[in-house]
Amino acid sequence: MARGGFAQWGNDLYTGRRSYPIVQRRRLWYSIVALFSAASILVLVFQGLNLGIDFRGGSEFTVSGVSTTDEDVAIDAVATVAPGEEPHVSQVGANAVRVQVSELDSEQTDQVGEALASAYGVSVDEVTSNFIGPTWGQSVSLRALWGTVAFVLAAAVFMAVYFRAWRMSVAAIVAMLTDVLVSAGVYAVIGWEVTPSTIIGFLTILGFSLYDKMVVFDKVRENTASVTEQTRSTYAERANLAVNQTLVRSINTSVVALLPVAGILFVGGFLLGAGTLKDISLSLFVGIAAGALSSLFFATPLDVTLREREPKIAAHTKKVMDLRAGLVAEGADEGMLAAAASGSAQLVPGHHQGQAAQPRRRR
Amino acid sequence: MLLTILTILLPFGALLAGWQLDGKSSDNPDGASLAPGLALDLQGGTQVILKAVTSDGSEITPEAMEEAIGVIRQRVDANGVTEAEIAAQGSNQIVVEIPGEVDDETVALISKAAQMKFRPVLAIGNPVPTTQPSASPSASADGTGDDAQADGGDAAAAAEPTKEDLAEQDKAIKAATDPSDLAQITPSVQAAYDALDCTDPKNLEGGGGDNPDRLLVTCDQTGAAKYILGPVEVDGTNLTSASSGLMPGANGTVTNEWGVNLDFNTEGTKEFRETTERLVNLEQPRNQFAIVLDGLVVSAPSTNVAITNGQAQISGSFTQESAATLANQLSFGSLPLTFQVDGQNTISATLGSEQLQRGLIAGLIGLALVVVYSLFQYRALGLLTVASLVVAAAMTYVVIALLSWGIGYRLSLPGVAGLIVAIGFTADSFIVYFERIRDELRDGRSLRLAVQRGWVRARRTIYAAKAVNLLSAVILYFMTVGGVRGFAFTLGLTTIIDVMVVIWFTHPMMELLAKVPFFRDGHKWSGLSADRIEVTPRYRGAGQLSGARPDATTDAPDLGTAEPDRELVTAQSVTPAPRTAEDGRRMTIAERRAAERKAAAGSAETTQPAQNEENS
Repeated sequence: MARGGFAQWGNDLYTGRRSYPIVQRRRLWYSIVALFSAASILVLVFQGLNLGIDFRGGSEFTVSGVSTTDEDVAIDAVATVAPGEEPHVSQVGANAVRVQVSELDSEQTDQVGEALASAYGVSVDEVTSNFIGPTWGQSVSLRALWGTVAFVLAAAVFMAVYFRAWRMSVAAIVAMLTDVLVSAGVYAVIGWEVTPSTIIGFLTILGFSLYDKMVVFDKVRENTASVTEQTRSTYAERANLAVNQTLVRSINTSVVALLPVAGILFVGGFLLGAGTLKDISLSLFVGIAAGALSSLFFATPLDVTLREREPKIAAHTKKVMDLRAGLVAEGADEGMLAAAASGSAQLVPGHHQGQAAQPRRRR
Repeated sequence: MLLTILTILLPFGALLAGWQLDGKSSDNPDGASLAPGLALDLQGGTQVILKAVTSDGSEITPEAMEEAIGVIRQRVDANGVTEAEIAAQGSNQIVVEIPGEVDDETVALISKAAQMKFRPVLAIGNPVPTTQPSASPSASADGTGDDAQADGGDAAAAAEPTKEDLAEQDKAIKAATDPSDLAQITPSVQAAYDALDCTDPKNLEGGGGDNPDRLLVTCDQTGAAKYILGPVEVDGTNLTSASSGLMPGANGTVTNEWGVNLDFNTEGTKEFRETTERLVNLEQPRNQFAIVLDGLVVSAPSTNVAITNGQAQISGSFTQESAATLANQLSFGSLPLTFQVDGQNTISATLGSEQLQRGLIAGLIGLALVVVYSLFQYRALGLLTVASLVVAAAMTYVVIALLSWGIGYRLSLPGVAGLIVAIGFTADSFIVYFERIRDELRDGRSLRLAVQRGWVRARRTIYAAKAVNLLSAVILYFMTVGGVRGFAFTLGLTTIIDVMVVIWFTHPMMELLAKVPFFRDGHKWSGLSADRIEVTPRYRGAGQLSGARPDATTDAPDLGTAEPDRELVTAQSVTPAPRTAEDGRRMTIAERRAAERKAAAGSAETTQPAQNEENS
């Protein structure tokens, strides 16, 4: 980091004095993304997501006539029979407790019933068991899926129109889907139960990731708006400058977005023991981090790769490189070339100032 | 400006007014409250157990249960963003969990079958039972038929039809020329009709499951009359939409009467046209067609002209609410099964309240860190970020409280998560804006101008990004159900509030701050000081520079040596050319070029191929 700390670093990034070759090193990022995606797919295929009661249904026990409605009693009782289960316990009416567990076989069902009866100090007759269907059944999942597909398509169309380049929108959507894939992979590795909250968390990631890509790409759009009208730097260099210029914003935004989530996940989930929030905070934490990173390191390089196939951009890139080769042949100084390559030669055209530029008469 | 303040304060005023005038209390659970309503997972609610019953003893299939769950879910969702949980229990029960307390109207909404059928009227009579055949059109006494058990199996249906009776009736119906044929009324039908007492409230409970191929002996909804109705001619499943509204009067005026407008699909339109074409030529009362809802006659208008456009209105004794409920039920289709309410219990929150509290404390710690980080990054200007977040949070809170009063919105855990992520979105609007201002300052503009230009550039980015968010929220809201819908609602809400806050609070505040000397002159702690933002001097003409640092202009000869380490740092390894000659004098441009060329000559061969490779 340069003299003056973070702010000075931001200055250097803006002016292009300091520039990280993010777009130029895109092969590296692609391989990292490919590695993570492949790992996620493997984990999802072989380990799968641990779907909770809300998706698969399960057994429901109702314990009536209890003297205490303490939830921990039921959780402990279930754990003795089926360890690893995460029962949903709630109080029904004044003196009954409802315990929902993922589907058990009939032997286990009897055992859990007995365990619950002894734990709450009631006779076995007071415990009724029943099958409970999923609250988040297939129809709900399907509608959520179609809704998501429709929103992704609509967002793609919106971005294609806004940036006037379908390649940009493709890059953003692909990067966004990778974010969700990686988040789901991390979730599967940890093996926590997937609840409706988790799904909502993933949808939130979609929204955040898309938002972040929108902001970064808007800077790319701004920097490359008239890229073909000059011959100093290529599209890739301009895009790289954009990434460097938004680096400070991206870091600040991600930190601000991650801090509350991290608070809930680490302080709440691990130190205070608020287990009910851990599922959603984990999916959000991974997703936001992945979304912010992929905007810089995956979405923009991917956009450059795609846009360089556009005939207009390809021709321009070639022209710039030819000119540069010509300059080198003439023995141009290396510093100027480097300045152009870092994209820093952001020429701001002047405009005619009329009378204002004329010297004033002294009175 | 005044308008802006008014717009921001409006929700607060509305909430306070609602709180004062329509306060939430035990006898007014839908009233306004200063605290927003919470969803099932955070607050608990009421559990309604519905048990499927069939009138004809047919089997309850899992498919029918699945369909019923879907219909109930849509009905609940149409009632507001409550995020009810609906699941099948056992083979014939459905558990519906609704946040908060549930009134009878809601139970009716979710449990009523809403099977709507259109049947021709064969006979109308007074509601009281008669011992001998009444003034109804004399029926040829050669058939039997009864579906009165749909009415609850009481005295009227005491004459349980035997199998022979039913068989005879089926034969009579088959022999009939059309559904209005009076020959279908068999003695057992007549007997059931005679015995039916429509003044008994038991007979007015209704219930679906009436056999569409048989006759129906039933009461008017209000108990004002009883009917013998022919087989079903148009089924309610042929409806495309239903809406409630004030009914148009005879000459195009709007009457004061509430009703439900029905639109049929192609098949329904055809059937409806054929029926009305036939009925028009019949005598009273056979020119009436009865609209039967769950086995009870809602209304039985007489046909004056054939209806060919597939649109019908039901009017009757509707209130605004009951018309809306019926329209809601009809538009989402009828339940394939009839349900009885089997139990109604309060239920506690599914998430431990203590755990939730801990989680929220942790979230607050995270928020405090956000404040610390903003102050560290933006110094005094960080306070503006925090203030924006506070304003956004206050507005969100009030709007959610308002919505939970107005449309029954309930805040669930995923909703809370959405709000937490919204902190990031809201802060980002400011960060994007402020980074743009810094960019403009770096280009050497004055703070006033930098704010102006930075806003114009940041605005575009903010609008575009928020537009994507809003787009996804709207699409998800309309296409999904349950929890996802609640999430979409929260996302859309916070996005709109974000945009409002950045336009009406952050930007005006920034403009005001730009006039305050503390910020304008770039105080060390303002976040805009010169040592934090390196200002490129701008040539203003007439030998004057703007934005140049005071020390740089007063100490011009040292400009070159002032920052010996501030050289270009790039990806390419370029040996920086010296800017000062050996004797410490600043070199001319020509001298520097020459020196650079000399230095580069050695390294050109090595760097050039590398560069080509990277850009090819």
